[in-house]
Amino acid sequence: MSVIVDAKHLVFRYQETTDEDQSPKQTEPVLKDVSLSIEKGSFVAVLGHNGSGKSTFAKHINAILIPDEGKMYVEGMDTSDEQNLFAIRQKAGMVFQNPDNQIVATIVEEDVAFAPENLGIAPEEIRRRVDDALKAVKMYDYRKHAPTQLSGGQKQRVAIAGVIAMQPDCIVLDEPTAMLDPQGRQEVMETIRRLNREKGITVILITHYMEEAAQSDRIVVIDGGKVLLDDVPKKVFSQVETLKSVGLDVPQVTELAYLLSREGISIEQDIITSEECVAALEQLLR
Amino acid sequence: MLKDITLGQYFPVESVLHRMDPRFKIVEIMLFIVILFAGDSFWILALGTVFVMLAQRLSNIPMKMIWKSIKPILPILAITAILNLLFIDDGDVLFQWKILKITEGGITTSLFMMIRIVLLIIGSSLLTYTTSPILLTDAIESLLSPLKKIKFPVHEMAMMMSIALRFIPTLLEETDKIMSAQKARGATLDNGKLTERVKALVPILIPLFVSAFRRAEELATAMECRCYRGGDGRTRLRKLKAEARDYIGFAVCMLFLTASVLMNILIK
Repeated sequence: MSVIVDAKHLVFRYQETTDEDQSPKQTEPVLKDVSLSIEKGSFVAVLGHNGSGKSTFAKHINAILIPDEGKMYVEGMDTSDEQNLFAIRQKAGMVFQNPDNQIVATIVEEDVAFAPENLGIAPEEIRRRVDDALKAVKMYDYRKHAPTQLSGGQKQRVAIAGVIAMQPDCIVLDEPTAMLDPQGRQEVMETIRRLNREKGITVILITHYMEEAAQSDRIVVIDGGKVLLDDVPKKVFSQVETLKSVGLDVPQVTELAYLLSREGISIEQDIITSEECVAALEQLLR
Repeated sequence: MLKDITLGQYFPVESVLHRMDPRFKIVEIMLFIVILFAGDSFWILALGTVFVMLAQRLSNIPMKMIWKSIKPILPILAITAILNLLFIDDGDVLFQWKILKITEGGITTSLFMMIRIVLLIIGSSLLTYTTSPILLTDAIESLLSPLKKIKFPVHEMAMMMSIALRFIPTLLEETDKIMSAQKARGATLDNGKLTERVKALVPILIPLFVSAFRRAEELATAMECRCYRGGDGRTRLRKLKAEARDYIGFAVCMLFLTASVLMNILIK
C-alpha cells in the first residue's frame, strides 16, 4: 500500500501572544519531532489528552499549519510549498468539532456544493457530486432542509458530505463527535466507517473516546508533542498503565479485563470490544 | 422564544411567483415603487392595487400573511396620515380649530401616502415571502456584478450577506442560552428602569460577541479547508436562468409602467 500522509520530524510552536509590556518569549513547542506515515485506505485513530498536540498535528495534514521544522508530505506534495495548497486541501478534507461553525450555507445541498463550487467545477458535475455525497452519508432526503432544522449528528454528517464532495483521498476528523449526543455519535461513527470500508477513503480520526479508537485499524497515541505508542488497537490498549500515566483511559471492557487479571483471574488482555468481553467472560464462567 | 423571529420571512409554498427569477422580481419591485411614488393620480394607485392583488393571487401567499406584514407598520401609517393631514395647507379649508387646519389637499395627500405605503409594503413583502434569502443574495450578486469592473467587491458582499443570514438562527439560539445562564445567576433582565435594563444587556452582549468571534474564526478555517479562495473561478450549483414566465412578468410590469406614464401625462 502506498503512503498518503508522511510526517517527517515535525516540530511546531504557536507564536506566543504576549501582553504589551512583555517581550515575546520562545515557547515550548507543541509538536516535538513527530514522525508518522499513514497508508492509503487505512483507518487511523489519534489519541491524546487535551494539549497533547493531536489537533495541532491534524492541522498540519491539510496545510492549515506549516511545520517550523521537518516536513509534511500529503500524497508526495510538500505542505510548505504554497503552490500545493489547494491540491492538498482537496486531497485531504477536514471535519471539525462544532458542526455549526463549519456549515456555510442556509440549505443542506448548497452547503455540500460549497467546496466543488470553490474548485470551479461545472454545475452538472457539482449536482452529481452533491447527490452522491449526500447519499454516502445518508442525508439525501434532507437536501432541501435548513441546517438549523437538523440534529447535531445530522449536521456533522452534512459537514462530512461537504468534504466528500471534493472527492478527497483522505479525511481528517478533529473530534467530530465531541459535541454530539450518544445517538449522533453513533451515526457519525457508522458513516466514517462506511466511507472507509466502501469508498476506500483514508480516515484519520482525532478523538478522546476510547470506544471510537477501538474501531480503527491503528492507534497513534500522542503525548507532550511526541508519538508515544503506535500500533493496532489491541496492542495499544493492552498497555493499560502507560495509557493511564499520560491521562488516557482504555475502553471499559479492557479495563475490566485488566482489573480481573490483577486479581489473579486469568482472562485475555487484548479485549477491546463488548462482544469479545462477553465471550471471554462466558468462557471464564463456564 | 427568540427562535420564533423569522428574518427574511420566506414563506415556502409552490407558486409561479416563487419560481420566477429573483433578479426579475427585484427589478420589477423597484420599478413598481418608482411608479407608486412618481404617479400622482388615484387611477395609478388603483392600477397598482390591481397589480398587487394579481401578484398576491399568483403567489399563493394567504391574505393572513399579507396582513401580518402590514400590521407592524400601522402606527407609522397613522403618524404619516396625521402629519400630512395637519401640515399640508392646500385647497379649501374644511375644518379649523386655533392653529390646526385641515384642508382638502391634506386629505388627498394623506390618503395617497397611506395607499402608497400599504402597496409598497405588500409588494416588497411578496418579494421576501416568495424568494428564499439565499436566492435573494444570489440575485443581488448577479445584478450588481457590473460593479466588479470598478473593483467593487460584489462577491464578497454577497458572501457576507449569506453567512450573516446563515448565522442569524444560530446566534439567536446562543443569545437565548446566554440569557438563561445569566438569569440562573440572578440577573434581572425584564424589569427595572431603562438604564438598568440597558446595563443588564452588557453581560449578554459580551459573551455573545466573544462567541461570535470564535465562531467566525472557526468558520474561516473551515472555509479555507474547503478550498475557498474568493469569487474568482468559482462556479455555482444553481445558475439563475430567466424563463418565459419571467419575460411575461416583465412585460406586464412594463405595460403597467407605460400606462402610468400615459395617465400622468393625460391627467395633467
